[in-house]
Amino acid sequence: MSNVTVMPDRSAEVPSAPVGRERRGQRRPRKTFHTQFRTAVSPHQLNTTRGRIVYWIVLVTVVVSFTAAFVFPLYWMVTGAMKSTEELNAIPPTFLPSHFSLEGYLQAWELLDLGRLLGNTALYAGGAWLLTLAVDVSAAYALSKLRPIFGKVVLGLMLSTLMIPPMVIMLPAYLTVRDVPIFGWNLLNTPWAIWLPAAANGFNVFLLKRFFDSIPRELLEAAEIDGASPGRILWSVVIPISRPILGVVSILTVVNVWRDFVWPLLVLPDSDKMSVSIGIASLSSQMPQNVLVASLVIASIPTIVVFFLFQRHIMAGLTAGSLKG
Amino acid sequence: MTTASIPAAHGGRRQPTKLGRAVRRNVTAYGFLCGALICFAFFSWYPMVREVILSFQRTNFVDPPKWVGLENFRTVVNDPAFGPAWVNTALFTVLALLCGYGIPFVTAIVLNELRHARAYLRFVVYLPVMLPPAVSVLLFQWFYNPDYGLFNQILNLFHLPGLQWLNSTSTALISLVIVSTWMNMGSGTLIYLAALQTIPSELYEAAELDGAGLFRRIWHVTIPQTKLILLVMLLLQIVATMQVFIEPYLLTGGGPENATVSVVYLMYQYAFNFGNLNAGNALGLMLMIVLMVFSAIYLRVSRDNTV
Repeated sequence: MSNVTVMPDRSAEVPSAPVGRERRGQRRPRKTFHTQFRTAVSPHQLNTTRGRIVYWIVLVTVVVSFTAAFVFPLYWMVTGAMKSTEELNAIPPTFLPSHFSLEGYLQAWELLDLGRLLGNTALYAGGAWLLTLAVDVSAAYALSKLRPIFGKVVLGLMLSTLMIPPMVIMLPAYLTVRDVPIFGWNLLNTPWAIWLPAAANGFNVFLLKRFFDSIPRELLEAAEIDGASPGRILWSVVIPISRPILGVVSILTVVNVWRDFVWPLLVLPDSDKMSVSIGIASLSSQMPQNVLVASLVIASIPTIVVFFLFQRHIMAGLTAGSLKG
Repeated sequence: MTTASIPAAHGGRRQPTKLGRAVRRNVTAYGFLCGALICFAFFSWYPMVREVILSFQRTNFVDPPKWVGLENFRTVVNDPAFGPAWVNTALFTVLALLCGYGIPFVTAIVLNELRHARAYLRFVVYLPVMLPPAVSVLLFQWFYNPDYGLFNQILNLFHLPGLQWLNSTSTALISLVIVSTWMNMGSGTLIYLAALQTIPSELYEAAELDGAGLFRRIWHVTIPQTKLILLVMLLLQIVATMQVFIEPYLLTGGGPENATVSVVYLMYQYAFNFGNLNAGNALGLMLMIVLMVFSAIYLRVSRDNTV
């Protein structure tokens, strides 16, 4: 395999084996140098014939096992929804559905009223996104650039919420939503029950504040001298240069709301108001298997599409969260 | 704050004294902060305090709450499911760490060595993380079906006897661990991969010049260099897995014979099935104290190492 790929390169040179190996030796590091750092495996070892054989075996094993572990279940899900109940129960199973039909998907869409469930979820995710951006961006801006008295205390209190496991305060938070103190509102079965708690996100405030801290003071002072108010500075100076972090926060918020299970399970018990995860889960035992599987496919399409489109942002958010400590 | 601001703002406008400017800046700042303060106060800070208060009270939302001391704690401790819940949660955490902590790290080390298909592998390993957890869990419920599920079909293919998976006390918990690992390992893998890429290549070169073989290079360079992230991830993962809920809720309902009941699941049952919210709170408080220990270590570690 490796010889085949390297052979044409060598054609201009003296076609003897030792020289060829040497050339390979030069070629490899040059390629890796551009793409990434040197890793635990020595490039010299990698370029020996044995090293290359081992490398290709490992590569093929990893690709095959990853595909089997992570792609095959999804393939099984997508095709399973096209099979009839008899075909699903057949032993041995059919690898391809006996005939291509979208009947399962249509049935799932009708039976579960997936259009409404998806619409609800989009409403929750969209509203949470807008509210989170508005609330957390202005809070982070105030803490980072306006630096009020007790700002450090407020930030500390906000970050302290990261230490509290969310499941543990689930019950008192549920009670709060049911009867908001002072106002006496009952937010159960309203989108506010999702939106307001989503905005109370210490991690977003942390990410945004850290980014705003890195914006040079001179930039804001120049705007201030021009007579811009703090609100104007935030809108016309800070937000335009904070696009990358706003992207990360947006995606994190939308994906979290979309994926969340426990919180919507508690605060949106009404079947008209359910999010898509809850709706499917609550009806899962009453449906034929192929319809259930079809609904799972439909429910995962939006997040997969978001992943396709915003892969880089999502991965940036992931590492931003972990490496900061 | 707002009432005090009006005269101060006027004073500031007439003659911009130092004090006037400072007051005005603070008023503006808290204006920007008020939305966040309200959200945090109602949905984070107040529930944190209330969690503690409710644990020592009896409330039924009609009569005023009554202080009952440790009665709620007595109720949960005497529940026959109390012991199994903690044992299962601990066991789940240990098993989930064995799979979900080691596998992503090894995977990341291997991925870091590969020169081809990197984008594909990174994409694929993260794919399950993007599925809504309910979808992953219900998908595996289908795979676990003892009659026609994918797993038993595969075992069949190799002429192995099928398993009962979720229906047997001996395999139910490990079945939950498998789902949990499948749907969560992507994020760990990518985080480790990012950490591995920050290791300076000179260290490997130096180790190689000193005659260290591949495994010694991993042991003496890779692991020490990623020690911090490994520790942070360990703590985060303990805290996350100890809150396991959705897997038992959707797959087993705590059964068979309490083999998969977890602390949070029991807490949910107290609040919504047994109608004893205060006992659920007491259980939550116990879990909070346990998890706070790990959180405190995490905070300590990350603070000591980022400044």
